[in-house]
Amino acid sequence: MSMTTIIDSAVVFLPLLGAALAGGVALCNPQNTVTPAQAGVPFSFKLNWIPAFAGMTKEKRDVFAGLLTSLLMLIAAALAVFIFVDVAFGEGGARTHVLAPWFAMGGVKANWALRFDTLTAIMVMVVTGISAMVHLYAVTYMKGDKGVVRFMAYLSLFTFFMLMLVSADNLLQMFFGWEGVGLCSYLLIGYWYEKPAASCAGMKAFWVNRIGDFGFLLGIFGCYQLFGSLDFDVIFKNAPQVVGQTYVMGDRSCCALTAVCLLLFVGAMGKSAQLGLHVWLPDAMEGPTPVSALIHAATMVTAGVFMVARLSPLFEYAPAALAVIAIVGAVTAVVAASIGLTQFDIKRVIAYSTMSQLGTMFFAAGVSAYGASIFHLATHAFFKALLFLAAGSVIHAMSGEQDMRKMGGLWRKMPVTYALMWIGSLALAGIGIEGVFGFAGFYSKDMILEAAYAHGSWYGRVAYGLGLMAAFMTAFYSWRLIVLTFHGAARYDKHTAAHVHESSWWLLGPLVPLALGAVFAGFVGHDWFASAPDGAFWRGALVALHGHEGAVVPEVAKLAPLALALLGMGLSGWLYARRPDIPAVMAVRLGALYRLVFNKYYFDEVYERLFVRPLPKLGAFFWHKGDEAVIDRFGPDGVSAVAQGLGARARCWQTGYAFHYAFVMALALAAMVAWAMVRVW
Amino acid sequence: MVQIPLLSLITFLPLLGVVALALLPRGQDEKQARRARLIALMFAGVTFVASLALPIFYDAVVGGFQLIEKAVWMPSMGLVYHRGVDGISLWFVLLSTLLTPLAMVSGFVVKERARSFMAALLLLEAMMIGMFTSLDFFLFYVFFEGVLIPMFLIIGVWGGERRVYAAMKFFLYTFLGSVLMLVAIFVMVMKAGTSDMTALMGFAFPKEMAVWLWLAFFASFAVKTPMWPFHTWLPDAHVQAPTAGSVILAGVLLKMGGYGFIRISLQMLPEASATFAPLVVALSLIAIVYGSLVALAQTDMKKLVAYSSVAHMGYVTLGIFSGTREGLDGAMMVMLSHGLVSAALFLGVGVVYERLHTRDIARFGGVASVMPRFASVFMVFTLAAVGLPGTSGFVGEFLAMQGAWLMDHRVAAVAALGIVLGAVYMLWLYARVFFGVAEKADVKEMRDLTWREAALFLPLLFLVLWLGLYPTTFTKVMDVDVKHLAFSLQGEDR
Repeated sequence: MSMTTIIDSAVVFLPLLGAALAGGVALCNPQNTVTPAQAGVPFSFKLNWIPAFAGMTKEKRDVFAGLLTSLLMLIAAALAVFIFVDVAFGEGGARTHVLAPWFAMGGVKANWALRFDTLTAIMVMVVTGISAMVHLYAVTYMKGDKGVVRFMAYLSLFTFFMLMLVSADNLLQMFFGWEGVGLCSYLLIGYWYEKPAASCAGMKAFWVNRIGDFGFLLGIFGCYQLFGSLDFDVIFKNAPQVVGQTYVMGDRSCCALTAVCLLLFVGAMGKSAQLGLHVWLPDAMEGPTPVSALIHAATMVTAGVFMVARLSPLFEYAPAALAVIAIVGAVTAVVAASIGLTQFDIKRVIAYSTMSQLGTMFFAAGVSAYGASIFHLATHAFFKALLFLAAGSVIHAMSGEQDMRKMGGLWRKMPVTYALMWIGSLALAGIGIEGVFGFAGFYSKDMILEAAYAHGSWYGRVAYGLGLMAAFMTAFYSWRLIVLTFHGAARYDKHTAAHVHESSWWLLGPLVPLALGAVFAGFVGHDWFASAPDGAFWRGALVALHGHEGAVVPEVAKLAPLALALLGMGLSGWLYARRPDIPAVMAVRLGALYRLVFNKYYFDEVYERLFVRPLPKLGAFFWHKGDEAVIDRFGPDGVSAVAQGLGARARCWQTGYAFHYAFVMALALAAMVAWAMVRVW
Repeated sequence: MVQIPLLSLITFLPLLGVVALALLPRGQDEKQARRARLIALMFAGVTFVASLALPIFYDAVVGGFQLIEKAVWMPSMGLVYHRGVDGISLWFVLLSTLLTPLAMVSGFVVKERARSFMAALLLLEAMMIGMFTSLDFFLFYVFFEGVLIPMFLIIGVWGGERRVYAAMKFFLYTFLGSVLMLVAIFVMVMKAGTSDMTALMGFAFPKEMAVWLWLAFFASFAVKTPMWPFHTWLPDAHVQAPTAGSVILAGVLLKMGGYGFIRISLQMLPEASATFAPLVVALSLIAIVYGSLVALAQTDMKKLVAYSSVAHMGYVTLGIFSGTREGLDGAMMVMLSHGLVSAALFLGVGVVYERLHTRDIARFGGVASVMPRFASVFMVFTLAAVGLPGTSGFVGEFLAMQGAWLMDHRVAAVAALGIVLGAVYMLWLYARVFFGVAEKADVKEMRDLTWREAALFLPLLFLVLWLGLYPTTFTKVMDVDVKHLAFSLQGEDR
């Protein structure tokens, strides 16, 4: 085993080790309300199997497990930087390590493997980096909770599955990570399982993701049929050859590759919360805040975007699918941003912001600007994690209150959080000066919008237009959040006021690297990410056939996003700080429209009517009407009833009179003789 | 290895155990029960260890039937004692020998007539092993029917309140199928002039005859599997059966249907199988969707798991009759996985039933906070039932659906609905039982797993992950036979 194999494997498996260790500790010290001694259970481990744990108090154990998992994650993050430099710039370049076979049945072959190219290296760096900060943050944030050790184990496991996803060299391992991420989101969102809302939100995340996975799975089947293999290398190499193939269904046919790509994209829609399959994302904040940060920034939602980028050599040959992706992404960006304008829950605003930004990443992919898409994914990871964790700091200070209507005037009391929130919002809104310096989002969002404009297609232009609207709304709701939370009069009650405080540096410390990222990531990275897919940086990790190098983007189109962002920022600042009466009046004036947006376009209600309520009813109908009323009645119960009936009738014939029997015998004999005679004739 | 008749050994060891139990001095006290349990477990344990020799001595590179034992039994009637395993039946034998001792340990809680209970389990094991390893058609039939008797007794004697109804329903259904099968076996043996199953596999039956023969076997196997609409005996049988009975019933007995479809329908009547494949596929799809939806509506934990079995068996028949190698591999893996997972789920239901004496889902809630270890263990099996990659459930369902896709895209699309619905009913069950606050007084008193219960789950847990993470251990043994079978069905090497 070479050194690179060891390092590359270590990055992926250190988080798993952390999860296993913490999980072991959690299982050995269950937080049950009944102690083993009380119940007289013979089955109770002591911690003797790791001497260091013996006799630790719960608090110490929590901190120890937290720091242990954080440390492992930090090591992984450091190694990830090393790998990134090696893969993207060094001699090493892309490589694949085959660890073991997983599937080997007939043609279905898939290995457990780690494929590291520039795309993977970026993802690994982002995932482990953000995750390490979230781990550190969680150690303080979760202090005193019942199951901290279990929580840390889930966080590490979450990261592990995401790493397996991004380092897969075949569709099946990707699906393994994909579903594993879904599992961990279910466990983490429903972490406070005694709260019904949390356990429901967890299930909702899993179910909605499963609907996406339904598409992903069918897409995998399609790939296997088209390519005879699930390995990326084979699929990518043969993609141009299968362009002409069609699926025939009845008298209609469709392009096989387009169908497959669209099915795969359904999976991406589920995981990355695109319109229609987004309903789980806002509810996901039922989980503790570190989970929200992890889900929204690094793991989980970025998986869909990554998938499209990873499969760019495939999607590039299905332009119709790309158009769909671009439109879905652009519409999601606007719809989500519009919902964000009206929400009052601080985490919910940020959640809809995530959805909107993911839409932006998707329409970038739809116009073949995969580099820009991944760039925005990376910068977004920094500032979104920052925003969520800063929001967590606010919620912590407000004793758990999340409603911004009950906040206000916090900036004096929590100046550091306030500053961090500003940095995050500036990065999110994409503020900067062309050619001088900009916050992270400035570079990535501009790159995307310019690419959409330059693409030249109708859907590129539509995406550009919708993207501009989203950019305006993004700035608007960001400063609405800042003003409502930090400025104006304090609207919280006295009880809360007694506890309002700036968070400790244990909590804020991990936010500093994220803030640095939010400030500098765009400035540092934009040349790399903008480079050609087959150039020095990407080294062929992406494929873009529809290049638009030569396209000229007019200055107006370039400056519009920034102008709109500044306008949104200023307008919302003025409205909410100086004239808070206007938004209230507008909400009333707009009436139905406002209610539509405020109620998130009634997606949940429609789904409730269409699926959630009818399905169990349908099940009960099949059960009572199908199984009981039809199958059993005419099947076994019917047969036994008939048998009993016949038996009862047969009993009547057994009269016990000899002449009855003799009569029947004579009759039968006569019949037989008659039949024989007929036969002879 | 020819000197030691391995197959006969593992078939007759449990029977020897039955004899040993019969020889125990009479008595109804706990001491005698304990002795009976120990003896039975010993025999089942030795049988399991002996059966581990099968994959060791089976040459997977060659494939086909091996470890063959053949002796003329009743020359006047042409009966031959003919046994052997191939890469397919081998795993069912192991599944039987693994689950029997586990079922026994779970059956330690049976207080009444413990000795007879253990004897019934051993008898059941012998019959199951015999069935999976018979290569003579009459021998096969004897064992196939023989399985019915101990299971009928286990449900009828040690079952719940409506045990007689359930046992009769179980018996009626399966017996009806068996009678038709017996007729078909007679016709086939008469026609071909031999009862050697390996010879019958190469025999070309006339087309019209094959159709009727196929339907006769279908009646039997469809009931056993069970396929929709022949499934209604299953929920009743499970609900009334004691935990040990449910474990074997779901773990092994349901696989007799799938095994029969492969061994007899596919291998002996391939053309008729192809003719009827659309029918079976349609019924499979109904089973997957209908079974999942009905499972969703259940209020009894055992019934829910039973209906989920109907849905999972839909993947088995779907895979088998997709006529593809992927589908056959998938069907096999679904059967093995379901054998482990459903056994574990029924054991889990047994765990809570022993504490609260109810299976009503609404009676629970918040169990995770009082039984955290059990909650963790049950979560893994829930996920395996849902088909999460990395667990055994995924491998089979993926391959079965892949096979279905190669046959017809729309079939795979409908079948894949099952993975969505599966997540819905299983996670909802889990949430209702384990999540929430433990409010009811008796739920608060529930104690976590005992050592005995943990010992039941651990091997299953280990195997579920093994199958999920490294299935090649299992598939490479059956590879040659599955390939051969798929080849004979399609006439081309995929």
